[in-house]
Amino acid sequence: MHDLARENKQILALVADNGAIVYDEYRREFPDRFLNCGISEANMVSIAAGLASCGKIPFAYTIACFITMRAFEQIRDDVCLQKMNVKLVGIGAGFVYSNLGPTHQATEDIALMRALPNMTIFSPADPLEVRKATIAAAQINGPVYLRLATAGTPRIYEKDYEFKVGRGVVLREGSGLAIIATGAILHEVLQAADELKSLGISVRVINIHTLKPMDKEIVLKAAYDTKAILTVEEHTVLGGLGSAVAEVVLENNKVPIKFKRLGLDDTFPAGYGTYEEMKEINRLSKVDIVRAAQSLLEV
Amino acid sequence: MQEIDLEKKVKELRKTIFRTICKGGGGHIPASLSIAEILVVLYYSILRIDPQNPRESGRDRFILSKGHAGVALYAILADKGFFDKGELDKFGRSGAILGGHPDMYSVPGIEASTGSLGHGLAFGAGVALAAKMDKKDYRVFVLLGDGECQEGTVWETALFAPQHKLDNLTAIIDYNKLQAMDRLDKIISLDPLVDKWKSFGWEVREVDGHDINNLRDILKAVPFAFGKPSLIIANTIKGKGISFMENAPIWHYRLPNSDEMKIACDELGLEYF
Repeated sequence: MHDLARENKQILALVADNGAIVYDEYRREFPDRFLNCGISEANMVSIAAGLASCGKIPFAYTIACFITMRAFEQIRDDVCLQKMNVKLVGIGAGFVYSNLGPTHQATEDIALMRALPNMTIFSPADPLEVRKATIAAAQINGPVYLRLATAGTPRIYEKDYEFKVGRGVVLREGSGLAIIATGAILHEVLQAADELKSLGISVRVINIHTLKPMDKEIVLKAAYDTKAILTVEEHTVLGGLGSAVAEVVLENNKVPIKFKRLGLDDTFPAGYGTYEEMKEINRLSKVDIVRAAQSLLEV
Repeated sequence: MQEIDLEKKVKELRKTIFRTICKGGGGHIPASLSIAEILVVLYYSILRIDPQNPRESGRDRFILSKGHAGVALYAILADKGFFDKGELDKFGRSGAILGGHPDMYSVPGIEASTGSLGHGLAFGAGVALAAKMDKKDYRVFVLLGDGECQEGTVWETALFAPQHKLDNLTAIIDYNKLQAMDRLDKIISLDPLVDKWKSFGWEVREVDGHDINNLRDILKAVPFAFGKPSLIIANTIKGKGISFMENAPIWHYRLPNSDEMKIACDELGLEYF
């Protein structure tokens, strides 16, 4: 954000009474381009739309479930319907706020944002990808939802790579099974893929960092090249990544493939603990992914 | 001379509202009628706008937050030359640019695609804030319904605007005391309305919403206080101009039958159609 704001005077940072520390440096350098709208997410989104109508590029940043749900109608009517150049940044996707309970955990946001016309959705897997996605978001002229985890999530990418909007990334090649996932859970997915490999199963791991528009080619190629597709998301299985992949594969009308969505099975996140513990409690740990993959292949 | 012109504009506007909605198959007649004087005064003696340059960056902005009264605004925009008057005959029909709620991209002169209540004031505050950031001196006027003030988001913006000293923002409330099902005070009363907005930090004035002279004086006087947004409570009659629609909630979204049509046309001075 800091770099973007230096390059472009129209960039603004809006928050809903959050962003302490994270925005400190930015605020020191650009006090006139930071706006704390208070605990009024709906107002913040409409304000952002009004600012965007005058040529500003506002990044409205707060907890993911609050911005997408409290302000959903504002995102729909003021941002998407009016095609305003507003970037909505949601932090705390999935269970990263692991001891705060379901009210602070975004597990239906992908489904909501996917349903909106004119919306682009980025779901970066690690800090390097967050940076690239943020830059990409600023370059798009239109609504963007940036779904972030939190600071300190493990690195997925060992080296630099080219971030292309709407193009998935094959993190591991394989032909037995494809695991398609999004966001910070990819860390878990890669570990699961390693374990499956040691069990003799060749796993292709695909990172969908752009949920909308989604890379249909990479999905269909996986459907042709492998025997099964398992999708993994820190999100309900209703309407998120899994549904998006199923839509593509089924409407292709050609590829018979085994398929399973792994995520929250129409439940809210349960329990409290560390992020690792939350993944275990909610059946999205490495062990759960391995088991799901194995049972899928046996079907 | 000027006052006679405005009176005439108001009469013509009421006729156009009624005819357009009836021909278009349905709309919100009383809600559109109650704001006739407000819109005429704004568009013919207050707003700095140019129909030839509807997106000129220094223009004043008017946002109809109560978007369901769109037909009233369409009639004025057509009269001022923002688009061809023939579009009014197509209102609500297949192929029309004018529909039940305004679309900012298909209708020149419309600043926001309103329709869902509670959005316009916030959007307008964002526009006003942009002006402050860019040190531009255009003004933002937002017209809200009174029922609309039951939406919580209106109060989020009511808190926000004074905090940010948006004295280039003027909100007008069409205080016709009725909503869709009944009088406001039977559903959710807003009284004391002046006190509420004052306590939030707005500079408030009240006016008879059908008195052209007073409306013009008040609108010329904004901002009422340096560093504070202005609020005008316009006391109006929902359905003003058609006797059986005045103060009658049942007419919120309803078309007259042929007998009622005759009465309405008589009262408005319209040829029966």
